[in-house]
Amino acid sequence: MHTFTFVLILLMLMVASFFFGRRRAVTVSKGDVRSLNSLPGYYGYYTALWCGIPALLIFTFWQFSESAVITNLVIAGLPEEVTLLSKQQLNLVINEIRNLVSDNIVASTISPEIAAAAERYREMQAISKMALFAVMMALGVGGATYALSRIHQQHKARNKVENTILIFLIACSTIAIFTTLGIVLSVLFEAILFFQAVPVTDFLFGLEWSPQTAIRPGQVGASGAFGAVPLFTGTMLVSAIAMVVAVPIGLMSAIYLAEYASPGMRALSKPMLEVLAGIPTVVYGFFAALTVAPFFRGWGESLGLAISSESALAAGVVMGIMIIPFVSSLSDDVIYAVPQSLRDGAYSLGATQSETIRKVVIPAALPGIVAGILLAVSRAIGETMIVVMAAGLAANLTANPLESVTTVTVQIVTLLVGDQEFDSPKTLAAFALGLVLFVVTLVLNVIALYVVRKYREQYE
Amino acid sequence: MANTVNMSQYNEQAERRKQERRKQGKMRLSTATVTRDNRETIGNVTVPDYRIRCTDINVFYGDKHAIRNITLDIGRHEIIAMIGPSGCGKSTFLRCLNRMNDTIENCRVTGKIMMDNQDINDKSIDVVPLRAKVGMVFQKPNPFPKSVYENIAFGPRIHGLAKDKVELDEIVVTSLKRAGLWEEVKDRLDQPGTSLSGGQQQRLCIARTIAVNPEVILMDEPCSALDPIATTKIEELMDQLCADYSIVIVTHSMQQAARVSHRTAYFHLGDLIEVGATEQIFTKPVHQLTEDYITGRFG
Repeated sequence: MHTFTFVLILLMLMVASFFFGRRRAVTVSKGDVRSLNSLPGYYGYYTALWCGIPALLIFTFWQFSESAVITNLVIAGLPEEVTLLSKQQLNLVINEIRNLVSDNIVASTISPEIAAAAERYREMQAISKMALFAVMMALGVGGATYALSRIHQQHKARNKVENTILIFLIACSTIAIFTTLGIVLSVLFEAILFFQAVPVTDFLFGLEWSPQTAIRPGQVGASGAFGAVPLFTGTMLVSAIAMVVAVPIGLMSAIYLAEYASPGMRALSKPMLEVLAGIPTVVYGFFAALTVAPFFRGWGESLGLAISSESALAAGVVMGIMIIPFVSSLSDDVIYAVPQSLRDGAYSLGATQSETIRKVVIPAALPGIVAGILLAVSRAIGETMIVVMAAGLAANLTANPLESVTTVTVQIVTLLVGDQEFDSPKTLAAFALGLVLFVVTLVLNVIALYVVRKYREQYE
Repeated sequence: MANTVNMSQYNEQAERRKQERRKQGKMRLSTATVTRDNRETIGNVTVPDYRIRCTDINVFYGDKHAIRNITLDIGRHEIIAMIGPSGCGKSTFLRCLNRMNDTIENCRVTGKIMMDNQDINDKSIDVVPLRAKVGMVFQKPNPFPKSVYENIAFGPRIHGLAKDKVELDEIVVTSLKRAGLWEEVKDRLDQPGTSLSGGQQQRLCIARTIAVNPEVILMDEPCSALDPIATTKIEELMDQLCADYSIVIVTHSMQQAARVSHRTAYFHLGDLIEVGATEQIFTKPVHQLTEDYITGRFG
């Protein structure tokens, strides 16, 4: 019997206890349901929760700790010459046993001790499973019985059930917060490790990026340089090109959609524009690398310009196209939200439609538009796939969009793809880059939120 | 203490007025001579010195016939009040006079609206100069989210009324003075117009309208969002403004119509029921519907 079945059985038990609880409440009320503190259904939920929650908690705990406990027990039963082995070798033995247990491919020669240990491991797993089942059912039935015994007329089942729901909701929201916190802290600690090897100033202000480190002492040309300036200028350059493409096109299409388009046209073209946002970035990436970049290079050749085949221009333009729906959709919402009364006011003074838009609607919507653009910028800075494919790897410190540049995200990818040691500065540099990137986008988002909030205060 | 005394005095007065009105209402019962079913306009719709002459105006919102065959003159230097229950078409009629109905989808207006020997309902007419001539004040104050100064300067700028900054300043100051707002805002012309109180915002909107030098001002329930004190100020202002402008006001307050207007037009479900001098409408209405409305039997 699979452990998943236990949960199914428990769920059925919960459903049953719901009905028992509800019936018990009706019985207790002696037919007058209104004399109860809560509706009968709440007593049902109350009983079901008492039945399910303790058993599920023990189930979760069991799943996490089972393998560690069994392993320790098995090791304790091994002969002394094995238990006294070094930690690494002991790990190998344990792996051997586990492989044997789950019928994986194992080493050709198996000593009888290990085979015996594997046998014991299997036995214990079976015992553990039985025990888990017994404990879960006991807790489920016991919990339900306890809850049933507590039901009386004045029992506040509704309050208890709703408090439980509240606790559940709080738990869900804290999971998201703690995950974010965990990511930030892990990036931060690894970055601190990196900054112990490479000074912060070298990283932030160094002009050369060449993250090769020596694998063995005395290797040639492997000193490594971790100056992040070329990466950040590359990121800025590509993002700037993207915004030059996305902001005017996005804004103009937003104005058209919100102010000029007929409702039918708007209903048709807005979703179509938003389809752009649904295209996976990897598709944009090879579109940039295989279609746009060669086109730019050929166009440059015919003009006598040397455009490298992995240019900032190609990556930036394609990224800009990807961001258009961001800018247009957010701006369109903001422009649409400008009260009609302001437009009426301008029209009644004899303003034309374009005067109304330029002098009243856009200024009123401007903070919201700016916030939308800032969100788009942080999206552009964090974008990875397009630049990996189309912008290149050479860390050139240049402002020329026709040359190949590299960005922070591209370098993080290349640093962490393939085999790496987790204590070399080369790998840790990725965390430092990630940290700086995180701080930049966070600041941009905070500014955007601040601007949006200020905007909300304006006409209410 | 002083307040409570005032309040009780006020209540007494209000009570007395209510009784008087009840008495008048009873008297009026016998004065109405036209039955409810008659939908012909009663009273004289024309005036000799007219500013706008509307003939057979019909408005449709899609299939809905919102107002029917309305013929009415707007006199020079007069305040004409439009009264009637909600949905009777008075605001719709008002919005015909400066073509604001153009901004509403599938709204169709037929009929002739003559102003300065031009049919302003003709689609070939440019609405920009028309709206400069016929200004509008809305129910809810709608200052632009700009400074007080910029709110007033907006109109003159788009119509190129000022040669330079000095002239523009002058227009702003005179408009604010004429709207009776100057003393209250002269030290904070650079603050947002939305930071003013409701009554001040509405006077700011009136000043904004005056700044483009209109000849007719349309007011769509200008006081319905204001408290009694701000209402009094606006009413006083209208009284002064009618020396230079024609004013058309839509109102739900019959007291307001009686207080400020010279002529009153009563609308009912898209029909213009009765037009006449305000005093006559409120004391001797001819049509049964008019009487029902002003005696508070419905609406």
